[in-house]
Amino acid sequence: MNKATNINPEVFARRKRANKIGLTLSMSAMGLGMIFLFWILSVLMIKGFSSVDLALFTQSTPAPGSDGGGLANAIVGSLLLVACCTLISTPVGVLAGLYLSEYGDRSKVAAVTRFVTDIMLSAPSIVIGLFVYAFVVAQVRHFSGWAGTVALALIAVPVVVRTTENMLRLVPGSLREAAYALGTPKWKVAFYITLRAAKSGVMTGILLALARVSGETAPLLFTALNNQFFSTNMNAPMANLPVVIFQFAMSPYDNWVDLAWGGALLITFAVLGLNILARVVFRDKAQG
Amino acid sequence: MMSNMRTMFDLNQIDSQGGRVDTSNQGPLSAAVNAIEVRNLNFYYGAFQGLKKINLDIEQGKVTAFIGPSGCGKSTLLRTMNRMYDLYPGQRAEGEINFYGQNILEPGQDLNLLRSRVGMVFQKPTPFPMSIYENIAFGVRLYEKLSRSEMDERVEWALNKAALWNEVKDKLNQSGLSLSGGQQQRLCIARGVAVKPSVILLDEPTSALDPISTGKVEELIHELKADYTIAIVTHNMQQAARVSDYTAYMYLGSLIEYGKTDEIFIKPKRKETEDYITGRFG
Repeated sequence: MNKATNINPEVFARRKRANKIGLTLSMSAMGLGMIFLFWILSVLMIKGFSSVDLALFTQSTPAPGSDGGGLANAIVGSLLLVACCTLISTPVGVLAGLYLSEYGDRSKVAAVTRFVTDIMLSAPSIVIGLFVYAFVVAQVRHFSGWAGTVALALIAVPVVVRTTENMLRLVPGSLREAAYALGTPKWKVAFYITLRAAKSGVMTGILLALARVSGETAPLLFTALNNQFFSTNMNAPMANLPVVIFQFAMSPYDNWVDLAWGGALLITFAVLGLNILARVVFRDKAQG
Repeated sequence: MMSNMRTMFDLNQIDSQGGRVDTSNQGPLSAAVNAIEVRNLNFYYGAFQGLKKINLDIEQGKVTAFIGPSGCGKSTLLRTMNRMYDLYPGQRAEGEINFYGQNILEPGQDLNLLRSRVGMVFQKPTPFPMSIYENIAFGVRLYEKLSRSEMDERVEWALNKAALWNEVKDKLNQSGLSLSGGQQQRLCIARGVAVKPSVILLDEPTSALDPISTGKVEELIHELKADYTIAIVTHNMQQAARVSDYTAYMYLGSLIEYGKTDEIFIKPKRKETEDYITGRFG
């Protein structure tokens, strides 16, 4: 052994070997994941793009046996459902998150709320669909866009609650103290200082919640159901992309199957767009 | 002086003899008007006693500096004067803190009103996530209803007081976070000055600043003295000597020595004070 190092060459060789094995394992795990991801995306692109044309956006879903058709009713229906879901879940989720972080903190109520929210986060969406079916659809005796909105909101709210709380907790206590030091009442500190400081994080949470619900199928099957015709009546069954994909993909008609691929592509891009938007919003904040 | 008159008027439960002569201790201060009188103050963080039997007067229109090694209770004492500690469960104070005659430790105090009269600037700059203009206007709007032009004037006035106006007058709509550290700290001081409190508490306001910004803040303290009563916590002995009229030396939660800054720095009465000031300890 020379003077420049006192490392035992055997130990060093063993460490290098372990490093190589570890690296190989993690690279192959990543490779496996990426293969399937790109496989899915490429199939989606190839099959989806071939069915994207103007009719997809202008015509409604075709009747069984008829040619052509589009997804206009499902696109508008999905947008309506998600928009209404946002209107409900944003105030509820943000206010609940604000309560957990600024008011409840270590209280019993807050602890219980957090626990229930965590359960709701991982609850199977079909259970939520079934719940809304029993308590909304079965009561009013018809499927409706509102029932679908409620089901989606139940899925979105816990996501918004937890991200809002986490983002508010990242706001340094010194900022709150500075606001209190001016004689600011607590509610003003919470709304105008803390929430404002965490604004982009909270918006990211809302966007990710929307990305999550816009692909949900199970809760809509029992609630909004589907509608073959163009309708913006939230009180009636409403067409939406996930359920249309579900029904059309398994149908015997070629044009239906093509439409299902087109719809799948639209949803994927919508979710991708939301995710990118969320990242951009969050990055802008990081730069001040 | 005007702002102090207003204080007495606003907090009308305060007895107008607020500046009563104190004979219990601290001889050199007894002839002056005291903005804050601390009597037998004990402070607890849960079971730990952070302040022990503190007695001192903060004279109106003067700068009072608190020095001492880390953990001696300087900041704790400052944070009792606007009851900042109230935000945290488990922290409590016993004794009296008379703010123009009103004991602010009594239950039933309107803490928001108190904090609008006793402002505070912290160690780290904490601009609010809004424009420079809004940073100043936010606090003013809490207790005053000003027209647009009056508010513009107030913002300019406060930024001028903090020696920041010339640097930011063309970018009032930019985020307060876009300023440099030193500018942010002066913005925070402007924000505190803008609500026209009667006392301003400065908790190591320059410890995160470079020497040039520190110089500006110190000049500012000199200037603010005319209208406000100032209490400053600092780790910087020279700073205490430069800016203050009175100095309090604290150690392990007790007030060791308190008097005119000149006397404390030139011929301290207590050995501990001398050791700390000369750098033999701490």
